[in-house]
Amino acid sequence: MNPLQRYAPLVDDEEAFFEACERPLPSVVRVNTIKTTVERAREALDDEGVAYEQTDWHPGILKLEDSTAGTNWPYFHGWLHGQEEVSALPAIALDPQPGERVWDTCAAPGSKTTQIAAMMNDEGVLVGNDNNLGRLSALRHNAERLGVTNLVVTNQDARNFSMKPFGEQNPEKPGAFDQFDRVLVDAPCSCEGTCRKNPDVLDEWTMNHVQSVAGIQKGILRRAVQVTKPGGSVVYSTCTFAPEENEAVLDFVLEREDCELVEWDVPDAFEASPGVTEWEDDEYDPSVTKARRVYPHQNDTGGFFTAKLEVQG
Amino acid sequence: MRDETAEDENWGQQFDRLPETPEDRVVEGRPSRQEVVDWWEERFGLDPETFDHYTFWEKGAGKIWAFPAEMVDPIQVEGLGMRILRTRQRHWKPSTNAVQRFCRDATKNVIELSPGEAKAFVAGHDQQLDWWEGDWGYLVAAHELAGEREPLGVGLYLHGELRSTVPKGRQEDLKKLD
Repeated sequence: MNPLQRYAPLVDDEEAFFEACERPLPSVVRVNTIKTTVERAREALDDEGVAYEQTDWHPGILKLEDSTAGTNWPYFHGWLHGQEEVSALPAIALDPQPGERVWDTCAAPGSKTTQIAAMMNDEGVLVGNDNNLGRLSALRHNAERLGVTNLVVTNQDARNFSMKPFGEQNPEKPGAFDQFDRVLVDAPCSCEGTCRKNPDVLDEWTMNHVQSVAGIQKGILRRAVQVTKPGGSVVYSTCTFAPEENEAVLDFVLEREDCELVEWDVPDAFEASPGVTEWEDDEYDPSVTKARRVYPHQNDTGGFFTAKLEVQG
Repeated sequence: MRDETAEDENWGQQFDRLPETPEDRVVEGRPSRQEVVDWWEERFGLDPETFDHYTFWEKGAGKIWAFPAEMVDPIQVEGLGMRILRTRQRHWKPSTNAVQRFCRDATKNVIELSPGEAKAFVAGHDQQLDWWEGDWGYLVAAHELAGEREPLGVGLYLHGELRSTVPKGRQEDLKKLD
């Protein structure tokens, strides 16, 4: 069975949803404002005769008509980074500011991490963590190519992430800190939303896998809330439609940690749906409607889920 | 047996902050912050203020990293900012990424390449460029892109030849820009 059938009751236009899931995704790049401006990147692409279209919701995200990202001069200079269009949402929800301390819990290979670095104007402290050493080399390679200097790379299990390396136990030391201003949890998930890029995810889908990643997601999100200062923000995102991995995870953490779901500004001209409060035999905290679901037919992208939490206390 | 907590030795598994000046040096062979800033100014004419907000760190022998904030010292992490320079050898060698990031305003030892030369450079080829009349050693290789000079990476110029040091993972087979 196609696991996407499960979600038919959630979408507004079933036919458009299934049709969109069949179509391949266009090649999309993000302009890296650490090294250039949107204007110069466009000029360089024009000079090379690379055709592109600006997305109508973000000036720095360009759809390439028939090129792959890795074979032109602006790419070599780190002015462009291949990034799926919808995956630009979590950093926008996170809204990181220059000079802040930010933790990206599951950072590799680094598209969102480097987008966060650019939004911070490459100032402050951005901790990019991943539990997989092999994937960390991809993170480092991407960050270096894009000219990011404010990234600290760590290799820990995010579920019990230790603040010790940052001087938690020696607060008098210069540069020591024990909490973050903002944290992104772009969690490992069942990835159904990436089926337009990689249809294999649907063949490999099992309910067991959904349950197992949901457990990991809960652990990472709890730790993220614990190390964020009161008033700080935690963004939770996945590329799946499964409520077991989305709203159920939020519901679980809302009950156990001192935090609240808040609205975030989805860019104008980008269509999204609210989180769901009921699924099969379960009911979730009513505030999960503040989360945003993105279905492929809404903006001709991959599928996505993004929620923003504010830490209390 | 080596004492891995000794403060006067260099340890490969942690980042240690560079001393401010040579007089503050405790670890033998470690460059000071002042020497690093001076080197970029002397070699490429970079304004020392470029690095005002950066702290400098060593991990491994002579691998110097730049980070734009304070951080506890020492710190055991996988990466801290950007690796900018390799010291502890006769000629200090800048990294491709640092040159791309910081050398747009370089005023010295910048070799401007034609479209064909730039293409060969980023593909990793060495080339005879006898017209260069400046210093030998590590140069910033640059070309024109979108109306301005843009640094490509680091070249080693010796005996009329510019050797590309663009790392394998960064080499690209690009078309010539007219």
